Amino acid sequence: MTPVIEVEGLRKVYGAGDTAVHALRGLDLTVQRGEYIAIMGASGSGKSTLLNILGCLDVPSAGTYRLDGIDTSDFAEQQLSLLRNRKIGFVFQSFNLVPRTTALANVELPLVYAGVRRAERKARALAALELVGLTDRSTHRPNELSGGQQQRVAIARALVTSPAIVLADEPTGNLDTDSSREVLGIFDRLNASGRTVVLITHEDDVAAHATRTVRVVDGRVAGVLV
Amino acid sequence: MRLFEIAAFAVRGLTANKMRSGLTTLGILIGVASVILLIAVGNGASSAVQQSIAGLGTNILTISQQRAQQGSPVKPLTTADAAALVGADSPGIRHASPVVSAQATASFQGTSYAIGQFLGTDPRYFETTNSGVAQGNLFSDNDVQQARKVVVIGATVATQLFPGLDPVGKSVLVNNIPFTVVGVLTSKGSSGLQDADDMAVAPLTTTQNALTGYGSLNQIVVQAVSADALPRAQAEATTILNGRHRIGEGATADYRILSQDQLLTARTATTETFTVLLASVAAISLLVGGIGITNIMLVTVTERIREIGIRKAVGAPRSSILGQFLIEATLLSLFGGALGVAAGVIGSQFTIAGIQPVLVPSSVLLAFAVSALIGLFFGSYPASRAAKLRPIEALRHE
Repeated sequence: MTPVIEVEGLRKVYGAGDTAVHALRGLDLTVQRGEYIAIMGASGSGKSTLLNILGCLDVPSAGTYRLDGIDTSDFAEQQLSLLRNRKIGFVFQSFNLVPRTTALANVELPLVYAGVRRAERKARALAALELVGLTDRSTHRPNELSGGQQQRVAIARALVTSPAIVLADEPTGNLDTDSSREVLGIFDRLNASGRTVVLITHEDDVAAHATRTVRVVDGRVAGVLV
Repeated sequence: MRLFEIAAFAVRGLTANKMRSGLTTLGILIGVASVILLIAVGNGASSAVQQSIAGLGTNILTISQQRAQQGSPVKPLTTADAAALVGADSPGIRHASPVVSAQATASFQGTSYAIGQFLGTDPRYFETTNSGVAQGNLFSDNDVQQARKVVVIGATVATQLFPGLDPVGKSVLVNNIPFTVVGVLTSKGSSGLQDADDMAVAPLTTTQNALTGYGSLNQIVVQAVSADALPRAQAEATTILNGRHRIGEGATADYRILSQDQLLTARTATTETFTVLLASVAAISLLVGGIGITNIMLVTVTERIREIGIRKAVGAPRSSILGQFLIEATLLSLFGGALGVAAGVIGSQFTIAGIQPVLVPSSVLLAFAVSALIGLFFGSYPASRAAKLRPIEALRHE
């Protein structure tokens, strides 16, 4: 079976010349379908850069990235936006919901860009909200929701297109303990139902939920703990 | 389907910030409305001037005295000159009325009023200038011969001196000399710059006796037999006056003949300048409105770069981001433009500063088109910049 993620010799350089910053220095990583990976590392180690590239939010300077067997190396912006829409669900540390827009509309957003019809869109968005336990908050705007609720809306948005992978960049970084537990519970359930999850974290107890922990040091994978 | 969804995002974006959208719309509204209205006012002023000049009669020549070159003698225009203009030698001329004008202040029962124009002439003058009488009568040739102290007053003078009274038969003091009001002229209205009703007309002889003395005439007003005969009448008048004033071939005349046409041309040129002035003021306000839209769109895009990042992160293609912001900008300017057209058209139904505006259809089209283009043009720069951002750059923007 093809791995969901296959990364070889990934490099990312910011700037040029003497001031160039090497965020990734030839990183290799393979993620199999159904895995739950926690990426850990000191700040500046390149783990966020890695996740942004995995989410097609950024492009590598060198190296290959195969997502679901598709080589993304020479994809143009138009094709990348299609990948982001169909294959990837991204959860951010700072939630990143569209302000002044209801939870339901936020969850529907990827489906709009996917060209899904209104009725089906609403049904799928409501189903995703139900999965994160927020059916009764569907008409609320982000500023009327707690941090934990906002993050759950963001997870629903990441799930609604049934992506190949769910990527999460420190999803519990801005949450209190109770909300963190809820959010991690959702990821656990997602993984249990067969979805591939890759998340970044600083905390060992978060990483404990994962099936595998990848340590990134200085832009390379340092060690794998099972 | 897709375009509709993008348009819906645009409308939601606009309604999410009603205050900002409203103020931008207001800016464009004012710009468009002022272009339409000011051009209409300018146009109205010039057509009012044309009408008032046409109302005076199109077959009139005005002969007035002109200072000749230094050294050469100036013969005054006289009543005899006026009389000589009508005769067998000049078949193109119907009447020639001698006119003197005086500075006059009239008073009636303690109210005094400085009359704009106090003229002394003969009864033909009324016919020549298309003046009718609203109340009472005009004075007659007999009044001129007898030098009776009678006066016909304009509508403005009547309302100033005799508010609520019938002026006919009343005795009025003009420069402390008693005159009897025999009639009130039909109102001609103001021509924007001058009130044609602020006048009084008395017999020539009386006016010379009582007010001006027997110097030169101020004008001889000549009526040609028809509008077509005007050039002929002008040539005849020139020949007769050159003979009487002994003006040789090629010498500068000591009088000047102006036709109504020339007057019209001069006045039209003035009002055209006026219209251009108004239009340029209006164009500036439209430009300011356009800069307002640019400004708002720049602010909107900058403020929502994060939102753009979010949309791109969930898979929005560049074209849909570009489309959304272009539609927002275009909707703003179209909406403002439409309201501006409405305001301009409604505003031009009212009389402004004594001028009835006359709409120029091309100005409505122009203002509306310019406002729409401004939205599209100035909206496209910030929108395309936003659409080109890499998602991660947009998301990191604070």
